[in-house]
Amino acid sequence: MYTGKVYKYGDNVDTDVIIPARYLNAPSPDELAKHCMEDIDASFATKVQPGDIIVGGANFGCGSSREHAPIAIRACGVRCVIAASFARIFYRNSINIGFPILECPEAAAAIQNGDTVSVDFDSGLIRDETTGQEFRATALPPFIGRIVEDGGLLPYLKARLEKEA
Amino acid sequence: MGMTMTQKILAAHAGLENVKAGDLIEAKLDLVLGNDVTTPVAIDVFEKAGFTRVFDKDKIAIVLDHYTPCKDIKSAQLCKTARDFARKHAITHFYDVGQVGIEHALLPEKGIVGPGELIIGADSHTCTYGALGAFSTGVGSTDMAAGMAAGENWFKVPSAIKVVLTGKLRPWVSGKDVILHLIGTIGVDGALYKSLEFTGEGVSELSMDDRFTIANMAIEAGAKNGIFPVDDKTIEYISGRVNRPYTVYEADADAEYERVVEIDLSALESTVALPHLPSNTKTVKEVAGMNIDQVVIGSCTNGRISDLRIAAQILKGRRVAEGVRCIVIPATQEIYMQCLTEGLTQTFIEAGCAVSTPTCGPCLGGHMGCMCEGERAVTTTNRNFVGRMGHVKSEVVLASPAVAAASAVKGCIASPEELD
Repeated sequence: MYTGKVYKYGDNVDTDVIIPARYLNAPSPDELAKHCMEDIDASFATKVQPGDIIVGGANFGCGSSREHAPIAIRACGVRCVIAASFARIFYRNSINIGFPILECPEAAAAIQNGDTVSVDFDSGLIRDETTGQEFRATALPPFIGRIVEDGGLLPYLKARLEKEA
Repeated sequence: MGMTMTQKILAAHAGLENVKAGDLIEAKLDLVLGNDVTTPVAIDVFEKAGFTRVFDKDKIAIVLDHYTPCKDIKSAQLCKTARDFARKHAITHFYDVGQVGIEHALLPEKGIVGPGELIIGADSHTCTYGALGAFSTGVGSTDMAAGMAAGENWFKVPSAIKVVLTGKLRPWVSGKDVILHLIGTIGVDGALYKSLEFTGEGVSELSMDDRFTIANMAIEAGAKNGIFPVDDKTIEYISGRVNRPYTVYEADADAEYERVVEIDLSALESTVALPHLPSNTKTVKEVAGMNIDQVVIGSCTNGRISDLRIAAQILKGRRVAEGVRCIVIPATQEIYMQCLTEGLTQTFIEAGCAVSTPTCGPCLGGHMGCMCEGERAVTTTNRNFVGRMGHVKSEVVLASPAVAAASAVKGCIASPEELD
């Protein structure tokens, strides 16, 4: 079980506001972290604490394919993102870098900004400690769960190719 | 139960007789694409994982189009990283300044993508090649790295929305208006995780450039891919370009669709998307007169020759309105040359436009046309998110080349008919 404070945003949080293109010319995680969420929440990068959680609405991470978006969020110390739904490239990118994301429309609707939330990645259980409400996220398919467990797509691929060789 | 066109291509590349929506498969890739923003991140992932060889130097494309010609020292470093990697691995389809075009206009033009192929690209608008009857989808840098290493990747087989096109477009109405209308109808997540399969008698009325524009913005409805059937126009386009065997796939008659959307092309009007979502659509008539500071005509969505011909037709003998900046960007070197030989470049310059070498530049607020606080642009690009073209309080209105050119002349959002 993991516990953190919530930063909540609305629907269609796009990758341009998660990390604006003007910062993509310096793709190191530390540099990206300085500007994370800058165009939707200018002070986010300075106030976010390691272990905090982002909660979004529908279609979180829509737009550009930039993997810099989940990299920036993770580099800020954010532990996971909970959303009503994820745009598919953001979803893939998060899995591929081994960053946990949880799809749960009920939790995304009920949890409020500033709440303290506990998450169990194995079971998908989400508990809002501020209100006492509990939610169950959609479980990752076993194949995708294996990629996340291996720490991302490349470690997974490497292990598989070595096994085949 | 039958398969959609997309499902058939995925099944064939996974070595399977049949797939159905929701299946997780591993499929072979015909091409892996990256640009100057996404490739350096992919190279880092590729090398840190200990890979030393690419799966096939002929099946990787690296196109330095976003911040080129390099806007600053940091972007020059990104390009150098990608360039060094391309040289080290003898990547066949590597395009640098002087040969480069905007990737999604360049790859079809060079015949690097063709019908029935499976393409992934570390750029969200990779879905453009669906216009050729290919399955192509945008991915991130780690997917690009995995693709370069193994020549295959994992996919979740998508369900589909069938978009049935009928009728014929009216004058000045184009593919951009079709896709903006569709996104306005189904929403920015209306096709989330799904294919958009375009079909119907209206398809044959659309030019290839219209189809590229429509498939290009499938992502703006959340779609995994957009795809068109292969017809005579497709075959004509690829002849002399795609010099290798290809396979034409058709959806089964009993393929299952989650939803059917019908669009009568003849009923469509010039359409724009107001800030800050591509689904925030209005007809031009509804918003005519809205003031603007800048016009951009170009991008992977609308920087092809027919887009520039339409813009030139409107700008010919006219002037860009005082107080408005109009930037025209042919998408590839070939298109740039066509603009010169057809006299379009002269028309643009005489009208008071700035004409640039191919680059993605302004579309993503990179360079070549960033806006400051309070400014508004009408652009033929694909996204109007907050801060997309510069300051967080600048605004982007998405439109067709015809509307963008007419707006440049009038100095406010305008329909081409107003100039007739």
